[in-house]
Amino acid sequence: MGFLDTLLGRTKPVPPNLDELFALPSAALTLEAGTDFKPTGSGSVCFRAAEGKAFSDIEKDVRDLLNMGSSKPVQVTTDSYRFTWLVCQHAANDPEGLVTDLHAVNSSLQNGGFGPQLLCTILAFRDSGGRSLGLVYLYKRGTFYPFAPLAGQRRDNALELQIRGVLGSDLKIEPDLGRWMPIWGAPGL
Amino acid sequence: MARTRYASDPGLIARMGMTMFLLGLVFVGFGVGLGYLILYYGSHRGGGGSVSDSGLIFFAAVIGIGSAVASYYWSDKIALRTSGARLVSPNDGPEAARLHAIVDRLCALADMPKPRVAIAPTQMPNAFATGRNTKVAVVCATEGILHKLDNNELEGVLAHEMSHVAHKDVAVMTIASFLGIVAALMVRFAFYSELFGGRGRSNNNQSALLIIPIMVLSIVVYCVSFLLIRLLSRYRELAADRSGALLTGQPSALASALVKVTGDMARIPMKDLREAEPLNTFYFTPALRPGQSGMATIFSTHPSLDRRLAQLDKISKQLSK
Repeated sequence: MGFLDTLLGRTKPVPPNLDELFALPSAALTLEAGTDFKPTGSGSVCFRAAEGKAFSDIEKDVRDLLNMGSSKPVQVTTDSYRFTWLVCQHAANDPEGLVTDLHAVNSSLQNGGFGPQLLCTILAFRDSGGRSLGLVYLYKRGTFYPFAPLAGQRRDNALELQIRGVLGSDLKIEPDLGRWMPIWGAPGL
Repeated sequence: MARTRYASDPGLIARMGMTMFLLGLVFVGFGVGLGYLILYYGSHRGGGGSVSDSGLIFFAAVIGIGSAVASYYWSDKIALRTSGARLVSPNDGPEAARLHAIVDRLCALADMPKPRVAIAPTQMPNAFATGRNTKVAVVCATEGILHKLDNNELEGVLAHEMSHVAHKDVAVMTIASFLGIVAALMVRFAFYSELFGGRGRSNNNQSALLIIPIMVLSIVVYCVSFLLIRLLSRYRELAADRSGALLTGQPSALASALVKVTGDMARIPMKDLREAEPLNTFYFTPALRPGQSGMATIFSTHPSLDRRLAQLDKISKQLSK
């Protein structure tokens, strides 16, 4: 924020960075090669719905678009903080298709002028022992971080740091650990 | 290129800029006026007599700068101490976890570093944010507001508070209030020096002559800057409402929170109000009795509820176009 913005009390909404998202498929391969985690084929986009008809129109268009393309319909859920989650299901071996679908959501929202409403995207992984792991993409930062939830709102920090080591060369990992926000009960994870 | 729905409010920005310009003008006028008084009376007095007057101005300026710097550096600690709030981590119970989750999401939306989070143990529904920069900022909600509002409304309130942090309102208001502090100190010093200092140099009538114009000038500057600071504060509140509503995309949630909280504030007994008043500048809505209008508005730190609701209504219409 510039000096003038501070002086006049303006904050401009932060536009999302959509490009880094396409690094996810190759990261999924690296993760499979380096650890026991495999993609579950499920991915989700989370955004803060704005009030009014303009936004609900766009939201409806996105849903129609996604339902047309893939075999399984997208699930729409609203969490307790009123953030909307669009969960897409693809075959487990098709992360490219999944990311393309997720990107369709982003670009629709951005073209409608609601890019700043995007919060994050999560790609879900699971290992043979049933542990789940989400790779979270922060739209505003253009960075990723791993999120490994355990039962009872705890997270497996050791595993998250291990994943950071494995993916460090494939993805831009969020350097500020304070921004690795927990997303309890994220749909699709 | 993607379109943007962000629209700044040129009217608000122009009014805010004008207020700051006038404050600056008063500041310069104060300096020039003091210099003129000292030079003018000093030369009439035959030189050398203005030591006590310069001392007066010097001390007022030093104490003024000292208190401004202190309130700038320790704004977070002062506010936490005054309100009795304690910093909480996400593990400190369900309310703390809820507050943290909302702040987390707002930070991710706004690409802001996460401020510290505090809860104040009072039933008065309110919230405040303070701290000189985003790194040491604290966002605080009272237990009352946590009970009163749902997640959607609470998010609107916290977005408003975090906009204060992003706009660096602590710094802006500290600098703006500095002049008023100096002028008030000068009035007080001049008054006391007139009362107690005059006897020792009773042969020097010129000195008394000089103290009075300095006092008059200081009183005028204090009054004018007081009104301008309050005006600026109201504009900063409107700006924070606006940024907060655009951040969440839910101006109506903030409006609903405002109505709920203001309606509640009205039922609070007077004793609480007096205790709460020093914190007013930090608060989401002021702890004052309702039904003030007209003259009372120009002395108030916050814009009237109607004004705030009207702005949010406008933003809501802009968003749905």
